[in-house]
Amino acid sequence: MPKDSGMAIDIDVEKRRGERIIAARFTAGPGLTALFGPSGVGKTSLLAMVAGLLRPDRGHIRIGTRTLFGDDVDLPPEARRIGYVFQDGRLFPHRRVRANLLYGHQLAAPGDRWMGLDEAAAFLGIGHLLDRWPRSLSGGEAQRVAIGRALLAGPEILLMDEPLSSLDAARRGDIMAVIERIRDELKLPILYVSHDRAEVDRLATEVIALDG
Amino acid sequence: MLSPEEWSIVALSLKVGGVAVLATLPLAFALAWALARYRFPGRVLLDGLVHLPLVLPPVVTGWLLLLAFGPLGPIGRWLESWFGVSVMFRWTGAALAAAIMALPLMVRAMRLSIEAIDRRFEGAARTLGASRWHAFWTISLPLAFPGVLAALVLGFARSIGEFGATITFVSNIPGETRTLPLAIYSALQIPGAEAMVTRLALFSVALSLGALILSEWLVRRTHAERQRHGD
Repeated sequence: MPKDSGMAIDIDVEKRRGERIIAARFTAGPGLTALFGPSGVGKTSLLAMVAGLLRPDRGHIRIGTRTLFGDDVDLPPEARRIGYVFQDGRLFPHRRVRANLLYGHQLAAPGDRWMGLDEAAAFLGIGHLLDRWPRSLSGGEAQRVAIGRALLAGPEILLMDEPLSSLDAARRGDIMAVIERIRDELKLPILYVSHDRAEVDRLATEVIALDG
Repeated sequence: MLSPEEWSIVALSLKVGGVAVLATLPLAFALAWALARYRFPGRVLLDGLVHLPLVLPPVVTGWLLLLAFGPLGPIGRWLESWFGVSVMFRWTGAALAAAIMALPLMVRAMRLSIEAIDRRFEGAARTLGASRWHAFWTISLPLAFPGVLAALVLGFARSIGEFGATITFVSNIPGETRTLPLAIYSALQIPGAEAMVTRLALFSVALSLGALILSEWLVRRTHAERQRHGD
């Protein structure tokens, strides 16, 4: 289980992308914080800024007592301890499921890891997929593996970018149950991006409405 | 099939071509990477210089090599005084000429495969704790690998066929710089050597065709793989 689950998220960022200005300012506590809003308001860009893949023009990003960005700090993505579950899973196509799962696990400092491969496989029900190639997985299976890969790297917070959008109704229910268990059993703080009201109603501890 | 003399010509060609592409590989990859990924001042000029041997008459390339690596040339003089070596009239010079001629083809093939890498995989690797460098070795390079192999094969085929720059730069010395095309050219000058010409020419065709098919297969395999993974 993650060490400190009462972690506060404090975000205040601004970024100009072409004509558009993406700005967001909020604080969030533990549980699942849904960033809710229509397509195109920059929800994905916001997650990318938190992960360190996109540099804000100004502002700060703090998780618990750690400053990831701001006050002359700009940690590279690999030092942020943030798990990112992408919309498309984004599993490495040239590595089997096992090697995908262990990619971040092996890079993490032993003291930062809080879950092992067997535990993750059992938690997500993916033990039978370990020797498969990503291209042979269904959408739901791939998303479970993507979640496992992020958890195994020992993150302090999980970012999820519309993780259900490429799935059919039945699979959505499955993955939502997994997300609830991450929220309630692992008590890992989650920043969750969605434009689907029903998803947000079911999963969110707190909702931040974003508009353009 | 081939006489011992002809086999030694083939062996020399393979040695020259092999050394040419293997020695060029790191430089070609670095150039392809820089051209595919970065915008920097002089990029257009660099791109032009890399491609120059593709459009320049090979005899001009050979002459430029002669100026640079000759006993009085800036590089040749330096090689001579520091290492006591010269590539003039040596098989190493033939490999150098072949390398220069193969470079544009190798850079092009590698650049395409680098541009085809979905960079979002690198971002995913970074969030999982990989430094830029680690992401390069574990994600980018393996994904570009089939393209790098294709470039090697293509560059090798081009090297084996090099004629103009080679004969200008290092002349046509049996056993040292007389590679397949030069041997065919020489045999054409000798009355009664038609059978040798035919054998060597057929061997060249087989070698080149094999290399082309192999490199096409490698490229196709990458594309097929990409498609199966979606967008």
